[in-house]
Amino acid sequence: MRTALLALEDGTIYEGLSYGAPGEVNGEIVFNTSMSGYQEIITDPSYAGQIVTMTYPMIGNYGVNQEDYESARPQANGFVVREGVRAYSNYRASGGLEPWLKDHGIVGIEEIDTRALTKRIRTAGVLRGVISTEDQSGESLVAKARRAPLLLGQGLVGQVTTNEEYLVGDGPIRVTAVDYGAKRSIMDLLVASGCRVRVVPATADVEQILADDPDGVFLSNGPGDPSEVESAIDVIRLLLGKKPVFGICLGHQLLCRALGAKTYKLKFGHRGGNQPVKNLATGRVEITSQNHGYAVDPETLPKNVDTTHVNLNDLTNEGVRCREIPAFSVQYHPEASPGPHDSRYLFDDFVALIKEGAVSA
Amino acid sequence: MPKRTDIKKILLIGSGPIVIGQACEFDYSGTQACKVLRQDGYEIVLVNSNPATIMTDPEFADKTYIEPITPDIVTKIIAKERPDAILPTLGGQTALNTAVALADAGVLEKYGVEMIGAGIESIKKAEDRSLFKQAMEQIGCEVPFSGFAYSLEDADKLVEEIGFPVVIRPSFTMGGAGGGIAYNVKEFNEIIADGLMLSPTDEVLVEESVLGWKEYELEVMRDNNDNAVIVCSIENLDPMGVHTGDSITVAPAQTLTDKEYQEMRDAALSIMKEIGVATGGSNIQFAVDPATGRRVVIEMNPRVSRSSALASKATGFPIAKIAAQLAVGYTLDEIVNDITRETPACFEPSIDYVVVKMPRWTFEKFPDTDETLTTKMKSVGEAMAIGRTFKEALQKVIRSLEIGRFGLGADGQDDIVMSELERKLSVANQDRIFYIRAALVAGMSVEKISSLSGIDPWFVSQIAEIVAIEQELAGTSLVEFDHPLMRRAKRAGFSDVQLAHLSGSDELAVRSRRKELEVIPTFKTVDTCAAEFEAYTPYYYSTYETEDEVRESDRPKVMILGGGPNRIGQGIEFDYCCVHAAFALKEDDFETIMVNCNPETVSTDYDTSDRLYFEPLTFEDVMNIIDREQPVGVIVQFGGQTPLKLARALEEAGVQVLGTSPDSIDLAEDRRRFGALLEELGIPQADNGTARSYDEAMAVAGRIGYPLLVRPSYVLGGRAMELVYSAEMLEGYMVSAVNASPEHPILIDKFLEGAIEVDVDALCDGLQVFVAGVMEHIEEAGIHSGDSACAMPPFTLSDRTLVKIKDYTVQLAQAVNVVGLLNIQFAVKDEAVYVIEVNPRASRTVPFVSKAIGVPLAKNAARVMAGRLLKDLALDIPTHINYTSVKEAVLPFDRFPGVDTMLGPEMRSTGEVMGVADSFGVAYAKSQLASGLHLPAGGRIFISVCDKDKRSIQMVARQLADLDYKLAATKGTAAVIMKAGIAVDEVVKVTEGRPNVVDMIINNEVHLVINTPWGRGPRADGHQIRMTAAAHGITCVTTMSAAQALVQGLQAVRDDEITVKPLQQHYRDNAALSTAPATTAGMPEIVDLAAEKAGETIAK
Repeated sequence: MRTALLALEDGTIYEGLSYGAPGEVNGEIVFNTSMSGYQEIITDPSYAGQIVTMTYPMIGNYGVNQEDYESARPQANGFVVREGVRAYSNYRASGGLEPWLKDHGIVGIEEIDTRALTKRIRTAGVLRGVISTEDQSGESLVAKARRAPLLLGQGLVGQVTTNEEYLVGDGPIRVTAVDYGAKRSIMDLLVASGCRVRVVPATADVEQILADDPDGVFLSNGPGDPSEVESAIDVIRLLLGKKPVFGICLGHQLLCRALGAKTYKLKFGHRGGNQPVKNLATGRVEITSQNHGYAVDPETLPKNVDTTHVNLNDLTNEGVRCREIPAFSVQYHPEASPGPHDSRYLFDDFVALIKEGAVSA
Repeated sequence: MPKRTDIKKILLIGSGPIVIGQACEFDYSGTQACKVLRQDGYEIVLVNSNPATIMTDPEFADKTYIEPITPDIVTKIIAKERPDAILPTLGGQTALNTAVALADAGVLEKYGVEMIGAGIESIKKAEDRSLFKQAMEQIGCEVPFSGFAYSLEDADKLVEEIGFPVVIRPSFTMGGAGGGIAYNVKEFNEIIADGLMLSPTDEVLVEESVLGWKEYELEVMRDNNDNAVIVCSIENLDPMGVHTGDSITVAPAQTLTDKEYQEMRDAALSIMKEIGVATGGSNIQFAVDPATGRRVVIEMNPRVSRSSALASKATGFPIAKIAAQLAVGYTLDEIVNDITRETPACFEPSIDYVVVKMPRWTFEKFPDTDETLTTKMKSVGEAMAIGRTFKEALQKVIRSLEIGRFGLGADGQDDIVMSELERKLSVANQDRIFYIRAALVAGMSVEKISSLSGIDPWFVSQIAEIVAIEQELAGTSLVEFDHPLMRRAKRAGFSDVQLAHLSGSDELAVRSRRKELEVIPTFKTVDTCAAEFEAYTPYYYSTYETEDEVRESDRPKVMILGGGPNRIGQGIEFDYCCVHAAFALKEDDFETIMVNCNPETVSTDYDTSDRLYFEPLTFEDVMNIIDREQPVGVIVQFGGQTPLKLARALEEAGVQVLGTSPDSIDLAEDRRRFGALLEELGIPQADNGTARSYDEAMAVAGRIGYPLLVRPSYVLGGRAMELVYSAEMLEGYMVSAVNASPEHPILIDKFLEGAIEVDVDALCDGLQVFVAGVMEHIEEAGIHSGDSACAMPPFTLSDRTLVKIKDYTVQLAQAVNVVGLLNIQFAVKDEAVYVIEVNPRASRTVPFVSKAIGVPLAKNAARVMAGRLLKDLALDIPTHINYTSVKEAVLPFDRFPGVDTMLGPEMRSTGEVMGVADSFGVAYAKSQLASGLHLPAGGRIFISVCDKDKRSIQMVARQLADLDYKLAATKGTAAVIMKAGIAVDEVVKVTEGRPNVVDMIINNEVHLVINTPWGRGPRADGHQIRMTAAAHGITCVTTMSAAQALVQGLQAVRDDEITVKPLQQHYRDNAALSTAPATTAGMPEIVDLAAEKAGETIAK
């Protein structure tokens, strides 16, 4: 058993044991309240640059398997748990979580009072931190945490987007998906809704996006601060009105910025699978999966854009729809993975929007 | 949508007495519903026959009907009250079945009463197995392959198709009653016959066995706007085949990936929608094939259930309260989460700890029964524990169970029969968890254990980790323990007692070493949201982490220790008292701290006390909280034997025990000290002695003569207590029943045969005694007071006797220095009054007495214990009570086939009911109806009594004949009856040929049985008669005194004198009585203590 330390920029130091790969990593520390779905969380590209704390204390119970990847590899910078469970059990499991983390070089720490850490983040806001199995000096690690880069300016999207264009599915509806760090299950659900999806890099320009005259454009989720992805916003602006657009998470924030709205950083974000979101059109509440640290300021939305979804916990914006052009987006994750499936209807809405456009055109 | 304004008056149905499968969880849910609906301005009419519930406290409803929950009686209440709506989803299966019966009979339609919470269609769709199966097929949810049988022939055809083993589930029964697993034709035929009989619709499901599959439950809530949330997922440690009430269960689900969990969630939501539950909560059970992940739906309860109570306590999400709000039209997003105060209830709790629930069985009370756990629930209670890991929570829950264990073995109590190892692993039983440990210690592999038991290897691996730590710790002396090792052990849930055993030390030494090493627990909050939001509700559990969350407070705190898991002898009555203490002391501006580990209770509701600690009731766990909270005092006398056992140790640790001192408790419980005290006071006691060996026992018997009442010292509920009529029987008892030793003496009393037993509940403040209730037992002495019916005011005792009883009560309260509650049992024989025992603590009858006189005894006792005087409390005590209250016990024989239903000195009842009426006969009849007995208005009554009762049976027989009942009797009894000139058919005994009485019972030719046995001698005949009667739902009276009371009850039924009246009206009518009472001897009264002695008490 190798000791490990977790130090925060505010000077808090937690002592634990090495979990996963040994080494030293830094990043913005965030917590996720999902009680299951750790494999999907760790492989979600939106966690690039972050150290993820799981609030559920026993992690690793069902091991890892070949299917529950949201991208090709783990994406989080680091991983914090109360108890890393070694003996796993599930008929789909192909191995244990810890060896898998080790294989992928993910540095983690266990035996941490993750509830205390969560409360720290909740009260102080997002903090930078360092996990180290090498440096045993708390003081030195705190200093390192303070020097760690902020999310802003890291070009995180550039690190996780696809380099090459590729195709998935062979449905009748042709969609171009701009990959800012897309989760695999979004593509799966687009395909399941009858789409053939051409995935293009985040750097794609309008020509590349519209190259095959798609029926619609999808803007994916991704890591970091939306204000950092100015070039993408310019591209989106040019797409508006030309093609039906659907955005999720970072895609939502980028669409809103392209429409002229502002985004801001939340104190500690929404990460988990139990966030209540009210659909203002139906009055129904959806339990949603979320993972975001930034939000759209609804006050800054232009008049011809309606707020469609609101978070009932803190009343932040969760979705918009344009009145005059075919475009809508949500802040949360209708593809879930992990999380509840209450909002999958949005993929059908996108297809319906595309079909509407086809009729009116 | 806001609340409905078109309904104003709501009838809420409770669940009646505590029985196996339906415990105090429905008091918890009903109380929450009453509270929230009244706050919302609705007028609440409540019906519940169980006096030991908080919900039947008169201040919780506008009209409180303590009446039998039968369709007939509830119809009378509806006719009288004309409610707008009936809410049947918070009172368990009893309420649901009653409501269905009322709907089917057209009563609801006739009086224009709307069913809210769940519609009749939804209830039927969910409860009727064939409709449910159809509905599931409709939405593409797989169910196990199955078919319905309405006869044995149908069943045979089905089993041919499905093959053994098969599961049999009767429709519309509770707690799996009548169901089972059959492995062969013989078992199959038996279970089918049983099931067809018990199902009110004569329908049973014969189902593909999914034995050994993983079992899950989801708690779902849905509103009328189609918003639905899963409050909690629960995974059973025991696989399919063991009733979920008999399974160790864990929250949240542990071994499901998110994909599997979300698919299960999708299924649950579509089931809710299809069944149509749109304003409340439900529980849905699934089975998952561990090899393939194939998932099938097992069943759905369209109501709040035992699992809902567990889920509420496990997450902090108040399911019952919110279900009640949904029923009156609110939607989930309109209801605020009490714990976070800012977020809505429309969300799914996320928990950051592990919850383990474990059932509590009492097989020791039913030695003739099969202890194998099956689909029929047999446990009587449960404990829950919270830890940050499964290992910690599992060890905590074991020490919460009150079975003398302090964790998963390694506590010096291991009692493992190695030759039984494989069988104990493969056949589910109450000790299986300990056998898993033993198997691991013996080197059996996780895979082998898992394949023998069907328990998921994940759980077995976790237990293996506990065992590994145990083995690492074994033999480490206390001084060798350093901080990391101690912390590691505590984080894995090891108790100080276990560590003492492993290190060859004692508990107190471990405790002080642990404190020296600064390994002390931290308390974390249960907050529904895994710390994402600030929590305002101080609901805590202990764990060994770095940060403690207990809020500081300057107010004086009083700690109340609860009663732990329900079991026979210790039930809801004690929780009732603890809740009252919390209410009263809160009103008196104390900060109240509740400690308990029973998830079914009102005491563990987070708004009952100011602070709730969900913790085991052991010295270690309680002291940890005391160290942290520093209360001014602790109340141990309200939670029954569990906290009482801690009194001495707490006092020695410097804790202020409020009220009667531990020394006084000891004075009353120590036979020698108590005997000396009685002698000094000149109060008679039955001749008695104490034996520490076989020879001593024989000597005592020789001195005082037979019959004798024998029992081990320090027991509750009459454990192992027996009536002994001869030296031969005494020898048998000493050899087989108990192991007498100097540490565990046997108490021997002269048995006062035929004496009337009397219970008194009183409250003393050191200056005055409030004699609150004098209860006359209906069954004679020798039957445990907990199993005996009793009436208030007394109905046969003379004034002289009553005056003597009161006088002794006052003397004893003073002599024992009682400050608080006091219960005394007397035996009255030929006008002489003997003291049987004195218990200076809350008794089982406190709630009954409180309701019978309209004065909350426990509340006032708590105030007295906290220092107030009776004279300052200004109690409004009725000087005369013009109605009769009867308490009757409810026995679980239907769950334990083969067990003799004859009552005796060992308590076996699980609950109680109350009947209130202006006359004794009607009150008694109500109590019988409420306890589930049928009082036939006509038909044939079979009588067979022992010789000593032959004289008194004549009178009973004459009265029955006058009421136009046909009589049948065995030869001897028939001769006596005929001699009195009464017509009677003679029936042959079981041993005399056929057709005999047993045949008649089976053929439905007998509608009531009076059968009194003598002693415990050969009992083949009576035993068979009683068992057959019990199996066929025929009321069987086993004592002469009960038969006499029953005659009055039957008269009341025949004359249709049974009317209903709310408790509040009884009190008002009684207070309005202008005539002066003829006598007050048996009535409540406050008496001053003798002056010089009173001063002495106070000085002490």
